[in-house]
Amino acid sequence: MDPNDRLFDIELVYARWLDWGTRVGLAVLITSFLAYALELVAPHVPLEALARTWVLPVREYRAAVGAPSGWGWLDLAARGDYLNYFGIVFISLVTTICYLRIVPLLLRSERIYAFIAALEILVLMAAAAGIVGAPH
Amino acid sequence: MASLRIAMPLALIGSITSIAGAWIGLSLPTHIAQMALGATILAIAALMLRAKKSEFPEVPAQDRLSAALGLSGSFHDPAMARDYDWRAHRAPQGLVAFAGIGMLAGMFGLGAGWANVPALNLLMGIPLKLAVGTSGLVLSVVDSSAAWVYINQGAVLPILVAPAIVGVMLGAKIGASLLRVVRAATVRKVVIALLLVAGMRALLKGSGVWN
Repeated sequence: MDPNDRLFDIELVYARWLDWGTRVGLAVLITSFLAYALELVAPHVPLEALARTWVLPVREYRAAVGAPSGWGWLDLAARGDYLNYFGIVFISLVTTICYLRIVPLLLRSERIYAFIAALEILVLMAAAAGIVGAPH
Repeated sequence: MASLRIAMPLALIGSITSIAGAWIGLSLPTHIAQMALGATILAIAALMLRAKKSEFPEVPAQDRLSAALGLSGSFHDPAMARDYDWRAHRAPQGLVAFAGIGMLAGMFGLGAGWANVPALNLLMGIPLKLAVGTSGLVLSVVDSSAAWVYINQGAVLPILVAPAIVGVMLGAKIGASLLRVVRAATVRKVVIALLLVAGMRALLKGSGVWN
Protein backbone atom coordinates (compact mmCIF):
# COMPACT_ATOMS: atom_id res chain seq x y z
CA MET A 1 0.00 0.00 0.00
CA ASP A 2 1.28 3.45 -0.94
CA PRO A 3 -0.10 6.43 1.06
CA ASN A 4 0.49 8.66 -2.00
CA ASP A 5 -1.61 6.44 -4.27
CA ARG A 6 -5.17 7.62 -5.03
CA LEU A 7 -6.25 4.04 -4.30
CA PHE A 8 -4.75 4.08 -0.79
CA ASP A 9 -7.97 4.91 1.11
CA ILE A 10 -9.91 2.44 -1.04
CA GLU A 11 -7.31 -0.25 -0.32
CA LEU A 12 -7.84 0.33 3.39
CA VAL A 13 -11.62 -0.04 3.00
CA TYR A 14 -11.13 -3.22 0.95
CA ALA A 15 -8.68 -4.62 3.53
CA ARG A 16 -11.06 -3.85 6.40
CA TRP A 17 -14.03 -5.52 4.70
CA LEU A 18 -11.91 -8.50 3.64
CA ASP A 19 -10.59 -8.91 7.17
CA TRP A 20 -14.05 -8.84 8.75
CA GLY A 21 -15.54 -11.02 6.01
CA THR A 22 -12.93 -13.72 6.47
CA ARG A 23 -13.28 -13.57 10.27
CA VAL A 24 -17.05 -14.11 10.04
CA GLY A 25 -16.58 -16.84 7.39
CA LEU A 26 -13.98 -18.64 9.49
CA ALA A 27 -16.16 -18.47 12.62
CA VAL A 28 -19.14 -19.94 10.72
CA LEU A 29 -16.98 -22.61 9.13
CA ILE A 30 -15.25 -23.68 12.36
CA THR A 31 -18.58 -23.83 14.22
CA SER A 32 -20.31 -25.88 11.52
CA PHE A 33 -17.30 -28.18 11.13
CA LEU A 34 -17.19 -28.89 14.87
CA ALA A 35 -20.93 -29.72 14.77
CA TYR A 36 -20.21 -32.10 11.86
CA ALA A 37 -17.00 -33.67 13.18
CA LEU A 38 -18.37 -34.18 16.70
CA GLU A 39 -21.53 -35.67 15.15
CA LEU A 40 -23.77 -33.16 16.89
CA VAL A 41 -25.70 -32.90 13.61
CA ALA A 42 -26.20 -36.05 11.49
CA PRO A 43 -24.57 -35.86 8.02
CA HIS A 44 -26.25 -36.60 4.69
CA VAL A 45 -23.33 -38.83 3.68
CA PRO A 46 -22.11 -41.02 6.59
CA LEU A 47 -18.32 -41.09 7.01
CA GLU A 48 -18.16 -44.82 6.11
CA ALA A 49 -19.95 -44.15 2.81
CA LEU A 50 -17.76 -41.12 2.18
CA ALA A 51 -14.58 -43.15 2.59
CA ARG A 52 -15.84 -45.60 -0.07
CA THR A 53 -16.98 -43.00 -2.58
CA TRP A 54 -14.71 -39.95 -2.45
CA VAL A 55 -12.27 -41.46 -4.94
CA LEU A 56 -14.99 -41.62 -7.61
CA PRO A 57 -15.24 -39.10 -10.46
CA VAL A 58 -17.53 -36.26 -9.44
CA ARG A 59 -20.64 -37.36 -11.38
CA GLU A 60 -20.37 -40.93 -10.09
CA TYR A 61 -19.84 -39.62 -6.56
CA ARG A 62 -22.97 -37.47 -6.79
CA ALA A 63 -25.00 -40.40 -8.09
CA ALA A 64 -23.64 -42.79 -5.45
CA VAL A 65 -24.43 -40.64 -2.42
CA GLY A 66 -27.30 -38.54 -3.76
CA ALA A 67 -25.25 -35.35 -3.51
CA PRO A 68 -26.84 -32.21 -4.94
CA SER A 69 -25.33 -29.87 -7.50
CA GLY A 70 -25.67 -26.11 -7.87
CA TRP A 71 -27.50 -24.47 -4.97
CA GLY A 72 -29.28 -27.77 -4.21
CA TRP A 73 -27.16 -28.02 -1.05
CA LEU A 74 -29.59 -25.57 0.57
CA ASP A 75 -32.18 -28.37 0.68
CA LEU A 76 -29.71 -30.40 2.79
CA ALA A 77 -28.41 -27.49 4.86
CA ALA A 78 -29.75 -29.03 8.10
CA ARG A 79 -27.38 -31.99 7.65
CA GLY A 80 -23.97 -31.86 9.34
CA ASP A 81 -21.87 -32.10 6.17
CA TYR A 82 -23.88 -29.58 4.14
CA LEU A 83 -24.05 -27.21 7.11
CA ASN A 84 -20.40 -26.48 6.31
CA TYR A 85 -21.45 -25.08 2.93
CA PHE A 86 -22.69 -21.92 4.69
CA GLY A 87 -19.13 -21.06 5.73
CA ILE A 88 -17.57 -22.19 2.43
CA VAL A 89 -20.10 -20.25 0.36
CA PHE A 90 -19.82 -17.17 2.57
CA ILE A 91 -16.01 -17.16 2.23
CA SER A 92 -16.43 -17.51 -1.54
CA LEU A 93 -18.78 -14.50 -1.50
CA VAL A 94 -16.49 -12.23 0.55
CA THR A 95 -14.50 -11.05 -2.48
CA THR A 96 -17.70 -10.10 -4.31
CA ILE A 97 -18.91 -8.17 -1.24
CA CYS A 98 -15.58 -6.31 -1.01
CA TYR A 99 -15.71 -5.39 -4.71
CA LEU A 100 -19.32 -4.20 -4.38
CA ARG A 101 -18.21 -1.98 -1.49
CA ILE A 102 -15.37 -0.29 -3.41
CA VAL A 103 -17.06 0.28 -6.80
CA PRO A 104 -18.80 3.52 -5.67
CA LEU A 105 -15.48 4.75 -4.20
CA LEU A 106 -13.57 3.88 -7.39
CA LEU A 107 -16.13 5.72 -9.55
CA ARG A 108 -15.08 9.00 -7.87
CA SER A 109 -11.37 8.76 -8.61
CA GLU A 110 -10.38 5.76 -10.76
CA ARG A 111 -12.88 5.08 -13.54
CA ILE A 112 -10.73 2.39 -15.21
CA TYR A 113 -10.52 0.49 -11.94
CA ALA A 114 -14.26 0.94 -11.31
CA PHE A 115 -14.86 -0.70 -14.71
CA ILE A 116 -12.46 -3.55 -13.87
CA ALA A 117 -14.20 -4.05 -10.49
CA ALA A 118 -17.64 -4.09 -12.15
CA LEU A 119 -16.47 -6.73 -14.65
CA GLU A 120 -15.02 -8.81 -11.81
CA ILE A 121 -18.33 -8.67 -9.95
CA LEU A 122 -20.13 -9.87 -13.09
CA VAL A 123 -17.71 -12.80 -13.48
CA LEU A 124 -18.02 -13.78 -9.81
CA MET A 125 -21.81 -13.52 -9.81
CA ALA A 126 -22.09 -15.51 -13.04
CA ALA A 127 -19.89 -18.19 -11.49
CA ALA A 128 -21.93 -18.18 -8.25
CA ALA A 129 -25.20 -18.43 -10.16
CA GLY A 130 -23.84 -21.39 -12.13
CA ILE A 131 -24.21 -19.51 -15.44
CA VAL A 132 -20.62 -20.45 -16.09
CA GLY A 133 -19.54 -23.66 -14.47
CA ALA A 134 -22.96 -25.27 -13.98
CA PRO A 135 -22.99 -29.05 -14.33
CA HIS A 136 -24.18 -30.54 -17.60
CA MET B 1 2.01 -5.27 1.82
CA ALA B 2 -0.21 -5.73 -1.21
CA SER B 3 -1.37 -3.49 -4.04
CA LEU B 4 -4.98 -3.45 -5.22
CA ARG B 5 -3.78 -1.47 -8.25
CA ILE B 6 -1.62 -4.39 -9.39
CA ALA B 7 -4.02 -7.12 -8.27
CA MET B 8 -7.31 -6.01 -9.84
CA PRO B 9 -6.52 -6.21 -13.59
CA LEU B 10 -4.56 -9.46 -13.19
CA ALA B 11 -7.21 -11.04 -10.96
CA LEU B 12 -9.94 -10.22 -13.49
CA ILE B 13 -8.15 -12.12 -16.27
CA GLY B 14 -7.19 -14.92 -13.88
CA SER B 15 -10.70 -15.37 -12.51
CA ILE B 16 -12.18 -15.71 -16.01
CA THR B 17 -9.66 -18.35 -17.08
CA SER B 18 -9.78 -20.15 -13.71
CA ILE B 19 -13.41 -21.08 -14.40
CA ALA B 20 -12.33 -22.75 -17.65
CA GLY B 21 -9.43 -24.37 -15.80
CA ALA B 22 -11.71 -25.78 -13.10
CA TRP B 23 -13.78 -27.47 -15.80
CA ILE B 24 -10.70 -29.04 -17.36
CA GLY B 25 -9.41 -30.06 -13.92
CA LEU B 26 -12.63 -31.88 -13.07
CA SER B 27 -12.39 -33.97 -16.25
CA LEU B 28 -8.62 -34.57 -16.22
CA PRO B 29 -7.17 -37.83 -14.80
CA THR B 30 -5.65 -37.00 -11.39
CA HIS B 31 -2.16 -38.37 -12.10
CA ILE B 32 -1.81 -36.32 -15.30
CA ALA B 33 -2.93 -33.16 -13.48
CA GLN B 34 -0.42 -33.86 -10.69
CA MET B 35 2.51 -34.48 -13.06
CA ALA B 36 1.71 -31.36 -15.11
CA LEU B 37 1.51 -29.35 -11.89
CA GLY B 38 4.84 -30.71 -10.64
CA ALA B 39 6.65 -30.01 -13.91
CA THR B 40 5.25 -26.46 -14.03
CA ILE B 41 6.27 -25.65 -10.46
CA LEU B 42 9.79 -27.03 -10.91
CA ALA B 43 10.23 -25.00 -14.11
CA ILE B 44 9.23 -21.85 -12.20
CA ALA B 45 11.64 -22.70 -9.36
CA ALA B 46 14.46 -23.02 -11.92
CA LEU B 47 13.54 -19.60 -13.34
CA MET B 48 13.66 -18.02 -9.89
CA LEU B 49 16.99 -19.66 -9.08
CA ARG B 50 18.54 -18.24 -12.25
CA ALA B 51 17.13 -14.74 -11.83
CA LYS B 52 19.42 -12.02 -10.45
CA LYS B 53 18.27 -9.02 -8.42
CA SER B 54 14.81 -10.52 -8.02
CA GLU B 55 14.28 -8.86 -4.61
CA PHE B 56 14.26 -5.42 -6.26
CA PRO B 57 14.14 -5.86 -10.06
CA GLU B 58 15.37 -3.09 -12.35
CA VAL B 59 12.67 -1.64 -14.60
CA PRO B 60 14.28 0.69 -17.14
CA ALA B 61 11.01 1.91 -18.71
CA GLN B 62 7.27 1.28 -18.39
CA ASP B 63 5.11 0.08 -21.26
CA ARG B 64 2.01 2.09 -22.17
CA LEU B 65 -0.47 -0.22 -20.42
CA SER B 66 1.51 -0.23 -17.15
CA ALA B 67 1.63 3.56 -17.28
CA ALA B 68 -2.10 3.84 -18.11
CA LEU B 69 -2.97 1.60 -15.14
CA GLY B 70 -0.66 3.63 -12.90
CA LEU B 71 1.39 0.57 -11.94
CA SER B 72 4.04 2.40 -9.94
CA GLY B 73 4.47 3.77 -6.45
CA SER B 74 6.43 3.16 -3.31
CA PHE B 75 6.15 0.65 -0.51
CA HIS B 76 7.55 0.60 2.99
CA ASP B 77 9.62 -2.41 4.05
CA PRO B 78 9.54 -2.57 7.86
CA ALA B 79 12.34 -5.18 7.90
CA MET B 80 14.73 -2.69 6.23
CA ALA B 81 13.02 0.38 7.76
CA ARG B 82 12.93 2.21 4.41
CA ASP B 83 10.69 3.04 1.48
CA TYR B 84 11.28 1.60 -1.98
CA ASP B 85 10.04 3.14 -5.22
CA TRP B 86 8.82 0.65 -7.77
CA ARG B 87 7.29 0.59 -11.21
CA ALA B 88 5.97 -2.31 -13.25
CA HIS B 89 6.59 -3.13 -16.88
CA ARG B 90 5.43 -5.78 -19.39
CA ALA B 91 1.76 -5.42 -18.34
CA PRO B 92 0.43 -7.08 -21.56
CA GLN B 93 2.71 -10.09 -20.99
CA GLY B 94 1.65 -10.08 -17.35
CA LEU B 95 -2.01 -10.29 -18.34
CA VAL B 96 -1.25 -13.24 -20.64
CA ALA B 97 0.74 -14.93 -17.85
CA PHE B 98 -2.13 -14.48 -15.39
CA ALA B 99 -4.57 -15.89 -17.93
CA GLY B 100 -2.42 -19.02 -17.91
CA ILE B 101 -1.99 -18.98 -14.14
CA GLY B 102 -5.76 -18.63 -13.66
CA MET B 103 -6.27 -21.65 -15.90
CA LEU B 104 -3.73 -23.64 -13.84
CA ALA B 105 -5.29 -22.44 -10.57
CA GLY B 106 -8.67 -23.74 -11.68
CA MET B 107 -7.26 -26.99 -13.09
CA PHE B 108 -5.24 -28.00 -10.06
CA GLY B 109 -7.94 -27.37 -7.50
CA LEU B 110 -7.05 -23.75 -6.71
CA GLY B 111 -3.99 -22.20 -5.13
CA ALA B 112 -1.49 -20.98 -7.71
CA GLY B 113 0.48 -18.60 -5.52
CA TRP B 114 3.62 -20.43 -6.56
CA ALA B 115 3.08 -19.07 -10.09
CA ASN B 116 1.80 -15.60 -9.12
CA VAL B 117 4.98 -14.53 -7.33
CA PRO B 118 7.44 -15.29 -10.18
CA ALA B 119 5.09 -13.71 -12.75
CA LEU B 120 4.74 -10.51 -10.72
CA ASN B 121 8.40 -10.40 -9.71
CA LEU B 122 10.41 -11.76 -12.64
CA LEU B 123 8.10 -10.81 -15.49
CA MET B 124 6.52 -7.54 -14.36
CA GLY B 125 9.38 -6.23 -12.22
CA ILE B 126 7.43 -5.90 -8.96
CA PRO B 127 9.70 -6.00 -5.85
CA LEU B 128 9.61 -9.48 -4.28
CA LYS B 129 7.85 -8.60 -1.02
CA LEU B 130 5.20 -6.55 -2.81
CA ALA B 131 4.80 -9.47 -5.25
CA VAL B 132 4.29 -11.95 -2.40
CA GLY B 133 1.70 -9.73 -0.67
CA THR B 134 -0.13 -8.94 -3.90
CA SER B 135 -0.10 -12.61 -4.88
CA GLY B 136 -2.27 -13.39 -1.86
CA LEU B 137 -4.74 -10.74 -2.92
CA VAL B 138 -4.89 -12.04 -6.51
CA LEU B 139 -5.32 -15.58 -5.18
CA SER B 140 -8.32 -14.60 -3.05
CA VAL B 141 -10.13 -13.27 -6.12
CA VAL B 142 -9.12 -15.97 -8.63
CA ASP B 143 -9.86 -18.81 -6.22
CA SER B 144 -13.27 -17.33 -5.37
CA SER B 145 -14.39 -17.65 -8.98
CA ALA B 146 -12.98 -21.17 -9.50
CA ALA B 147 -14.44 -22.30 -6.16
CA TRP B 148 -17.95 -21.76 -7.52
CA VAL B 149 -17.37 -24.38 -10.23
CA TYR B 150 -16.48 -26.96 -7.58
CA ILE B 151 -19.34 -25.88 -5.30
CA ASN B 152 -21.87 -25.97 -8.14
CA GLN B 153 -20.60 -29.40 -9.18
CA GLY B 154 -21.15 -30.76 -5.67
CA ALA B 155 -17.43 -31.56 -5.69
CA VAL B 156 -16.68 -30.01 -2.29
CA LEU B 157 -16.24 -32.51 0.55
CA PRO B 158 -16.51 -30.60 3.86
CA ILE B 159 -14.51 -33.24 5.77
CA LEU B 160 -11.49 -32.29 3.63
CA VAL B 161 -12.25 -28.75 2.56
CA ALA B 162 -13.27 -27.13 5.85
CA PRO B 163 -10.00 -27.90 7.73
CA ALA B 164 -8.01 -27.00 4.60
CA ILE B 165 -9.70 -23.59 4.32
CA VAL B 166 -9.18 -22.87 8.01
CA GLY B 167 -5.51 -23.90 7.79
CA VAL B 168 -4.82 -21.92 4.63
CA MET B 169 -6.51 -18.77 5.94
CA LEU B 170 -4.76 -18.89 9.30
CA GLY B 171 -1.46 -19.63 7.52
CA ALA B 172 -2.01 -16.66 5.20
CA LYS B 173 -2.54 -14.36 8.19
CA ILE B 174 0.66 -15.61 9.86
CA GLY B 175 2.56 -15.32 6.55
CA ALA B 176 1.36 -11.75 6.03
CA SER B 177 2.64 -10.81 9.50
CA LEU B 178 5.99 -12.52 8.91
CA LEU B 179 6.39 -10.76 5.56
CA ARG B 180 6.66 -7.45 7.38
CA VAL B 181 9.67 -8.50 9.47
CA VAL B 182 11.57 -10.93 7.22
CA ARG B 183 14.21 -9.66 4.77
CA ALA B 184 13.48 -9.88 1.04
CA ALA B 185 16.49 -12.16 0.42
CA THR B 186 15.10 -14.64 2.98
CA VAL B 187 11.65 -14.47 1.35
CA ARG B 188 13.28 -15.37 -1.99
CA LYS B 189 14.97 -18.44 -0.48
CA VAL B 190 11.75 -19.56 1.21
CA VAL B 191 9.77 -19.14 -2.04
CA ILE B 192 12.32 -21.18 -4.02
CA ALA B 193 12.47 -23.90 -1.32
CA LEU B 194 8.68 -24.20 -1.21
CA LEU B 195 8.50 -24.34 -5.01
CA LEU B 196 11.05 -27.18 -5.09
CA VAL B 197 9.27 -29.18 -2.37
CA ALA B 198 5.79 -28.61 -3.87
CA GLY B 199 7.00 -29.41 -7.40
CA MET B 200 8.80 -32.62 -6.39
CA ARG B 201 5.85 -33.77 -4.29
CA ALA B 202 3.34 -33.24 -7.11
CA LEU B 203 5.62 -34.97 -9.62
CA LEU B 204 6.18 -37.96 -7.31
CA LYS B 205 2.46 -38.22 -6.51
CA GLY B 206 1.56 -38.06 -10.20
CA SER B 207 4.07 -40.76 -11.11
CA GLY B 208 2.79 -43.01 -8.30
CA VAL B 209 6.09 -42.98 -6.33
CA TRP B 210 4.47 -41.03 -3.44
CA ASN B 211 1.01 -42.18 -2.44
